[in-house]
Amino acid sequence: MQLSVWTYEGPPHIGAMRIATAMRDVHYVLHAPQGDTYADLLFTMIERRDRRPPVTYTTFQARDLGGDTADLLQSAARAAYERFQPQAMLVGASCTAELIQDDPGGLALALKLPIPVIPLELPAYQRKENWGASETFYRIVRALAASSADGSPRREREAGARPVCNLLGPTALGFRHRDDLAEVTRQVVELGIEINVVAPWNATPADLARLPLADFNIVLYPEIASTAAQWLQRQFGQPYTRTIPIGVGATRDFIAEVATLAGVDAAPVLARTESRLPWYSRSVDSTYLTGKRVFIFGDATHAVAAARVATRELGFEVVGLGTYAREFAREIREAAAIYGVEPLITDDYLEVEARVSELRPELVLGTQMERHIAKRLGIPCAVISAPCHVQDFPARYSPQMGFEGANVLFDTWVHPLMMGLEEHLLGMFREDHEFADHAPSHLGAAPAAPQQPQLRVVETVTATELAWATDAERELTKIPFFVRGKARRNTERFARERNVNLITLETLYDAKAHFGR
Amino acid sequence: MSMSAQACAVTSAPSPDGVLRERGQREVFCGLTGIVWLHRKIQDAFFLVVGSRTCAHLIQSAAGVMIFAEPRFATAIMEERDLAGLVDANDELDRIVDQLLARRPEIKLLFLVGSCPSEVIKLDLSRAALRLSQRFSPGVRVLNYSGSGIETTFTQGEDACLASLVPVLPAAHNGGRPSLLVVGALADVVEDQFKRTFAALGIDQVAFLPPRRSSELPAIGPETRVLLAQPFLGDTARALEERGCRRIAAPFPLGGEGTALWLAAAADAFGVSRAHVERTIAPLKARAERALARYRAQLAGKRVFLFPDSQIEIPLARFLAREIGMELVEVGTPYLHREHLASELTLLSQGTLLSEGQDVERQLDRCRAARPDLVVCGLGLANPLEAEGLTTKWSIELIFTPIQGFEQAGDLAELFARPLLRQTRLAV
Repeated sequence: MQLSVWTYEGPPHIGAMRIATAMRDVHYVLHAPQGDTYADLLFTMIERRDRRPPVTYTTFQARDLGGDTADLLQSAARAAYERFQPQAMLVGASCTAELIQDDPGGLALALKLPIPVIPLELPAYQRKENWGASETFYRIVRALAASSADGSPRREREAGARPVCNLLGPTALGFRHRDDLAEVTRQVVELGIEINVVAPWNATPADLARLPLADFNIVLYPEIASTAAQWLQRQFGQPYTRTIPIGVGATRDFIAEVATLAGVDAAPVLARTESRLPWYSRSVDSTYLTGKRVFIFGDATHAVAAARVATRELGFEVVGLGTYAREFAREIREAAAIYGVEPLITDDYLEVEARVSELRPELVLGTQMERHIAKRLGIPCAVISAPCHVQDFPARYSPQMGFEGANVLFDTWVHPLMMGLEEHLLGMFREDHEFADHAPSHLGAAPAAPQQPQLRVVETVTATELAWATDAERELTKIPFFVRGKARRNTERFARERNVNLITLETLYDAKAHFGR
Repeated sequence: MSMSAQACAVTSAPSPDGVLRERGQREVFCGLTGIVWLHRKIQDAFFLVVGSRTCAHLIQSAAGVMIFAEPRFATAIMEERDLAGLVDANDELDRIVDQLLARRPEIKLLFLVGSCPSEVIKLDLSRAALRLSQRFSPGVRVLNYSGSGIETTFTQGEDACLASLVPVLPAAHNGGRPSLLVVGALADVVEDQFKRTFAALGIDQVAFLPPRRSSELPAIGPETRVLLAQPFLGDTARALEERGCRRIAAPFPLGGEGTALWLAAAADAFGVSRAHVERTIAPLKARAERALARYRAQLAGKRVFLFPDSQIEIPLARFLAREIGMELVEVGTPYLHREHLASELTLLSQGTLLSEGQDVERQLDRCRAARPDLVVCGLGLANPLEAEGLTTKWSIELIFTPIQGFEQAGDLAELFARPLLRQTRLAV
């Protein structure tokens, strides 16, 4: 068992639902107990969709367990086919149904419905949401793209014909998938490349059958689409993109990569770097952002991209980098090596909390879950990755990808930080009754002391007794709050390394001189 | 045709009592959802779900839009090795509870909440609760109940939680003096109003279950009279009766009429004179009626369709029909407790279509065909129905809002008027 205060991903059948709900003319029959229909709300409320997800649940109850739950599944599948007339059907189990072992896929196949029926094996006690989405997308692509192809390699395009690609990855309930797709589509079209199929977003099974007609694939979200893209490459020789266009630099790299795969010239498009981020970031108002210590956590794709933007485009210092997606641990380890930080690969919220508490960053870029951590520790925070809640499915255009995405990132990440003038004045005058520590006035919040972390798991002071002299302790409070935690930590480290037991004013300033800011 | 399909066809026909009983896909929450409000009501309690990632995901999807520095709920997620028997589930649970209580020393009451997976593999949480209670006694009391979807629907989670508290309530020693126990989580403001009204009626020994803190557990005994404030408390009422308490039959305190009858039933049981009841209640009831008048003007004659959700539907329908003048198209309830709802049912007009259970697709067909003015339904259906041009009132709000009592009667009506008013306001 794992104690989970918050979970970063749902169970794998939620991933399957995200694929089914993103598509059209697909229906998903899910063997699940009463109550698992809560998942509909993710789509109707959090993403505010105007239709019910195309999911029929068997919603068995305790009294059904004595009877024939297999029969219940078959009648649900038959009724769903008759009512919704889908072009293809997904069939699977939720975690509880997995325990009663009815083999939903086999039972549905036995009905011999006149449409493709795709059984899903999603081990709910080992795997999670993104894996479920990826596996479902792969299964459905495999079942439908293969059925129409004769197995021969992709035909060479006629001379003069425009290159054609597929866009793979955007799903229902994806973090900014709607606007990322629009932004990337614009970029691809500008390069003179045609788009064959976008999937799973709004695709029908018939659309998936046309996937082999493209020259190459653009993978927007590797967590969802890598497995399918790899299969398409093996099967039809379609290469796929590896760069994720989040941030100005990455967008430029992405354009170059796509142009290479398409055999077109990227130079005219690259000549027009349309983002405002580079100028905003170079303008003197942003100088105070230099070296801000930032902790980054999320899915691997967004976390790695954020680390690059943070360091190279905003001038922050990455002090921690991690992901909850074990499948993508390698990407995070590689990136962490670049920034010289310890990678954090965990889906344990408490472990993330402990690391943030230990590192004392000035900004947390994370998920909805890091907002809980940041609130507790009184640290500014912005959301860069799923899981996220309703406020991160905004009405306005707010991509993360492409040049407009970079504009959005600049505004979103800088917003929670205290603004320059206020930060300076707080550093100089500490007894103002209106402007106090902890709460930037532009956020309108009344100043409040951050929750004192009561974690037993983290103790900055170890067994060797370290004491702070009263005047040193008082001096510490004069250090601006967002770097105070780091100052305390550095001073204690400095003292321990020199076997100093009582930290005095002198120790404090010795440590400051030793470490710099 | 399969046996169960036949069974479905048979059970969807109206039974002799006129109640339509249906079985099929049920679009309802499981009992775990009760944690979302119970953890706020009992301030020193912690709810530890023993379940799967799905259970954890459910609760955080419901509550996680609030940003918590310290949430008072969590999930012990079962993993492969727990199912394969590679580790002893009880050892694992002990380890997790140790970890939890070390982190949260202020917790005094810990609920181990069963889920579908833990029930299906028959993990004995009641024994675990007993064992852990002994270990952490007297600092922390550990109880257990099931909020699984296979056994409980939405508000039945509260019923199961309160029922688990009943055996640990202290025995009353008040020398034969009767006391009143009001059962069902109520908003703090509503609780305080009721306390004042009972005092005015001359009933001063009043306690509420659940209490706001675990240190304030009410004492009960044969002299305790139980007044249910919510219609979904079947198991809790039974557990209280087993300890000698006696239930006061009454309709539920929704609207001016419901509240007056509810209070009068309690007063009757305590031998308060009719005249005193009348004097005390009349001005309050009149105020409620004044508050309702304006909504009656807006809502009278409108046709309302209620999907099953919380078991509050029947008292609600009674209020909407009798005090607001709405027309009832269909009143769905996930479960119909005939005894507890007897006084409600007599107040509903003959021929009201009641349905128990659900086949959501067929119910949607009926709803679409009827084109009601207002649909009361869950959030999985609300936006999709709005997109079809039907006006909806999402039902969960009725559990999260102070709606009981005289002073809230107007607010309760306003909840139904608001979506219709909004329709007339919006010009986009």
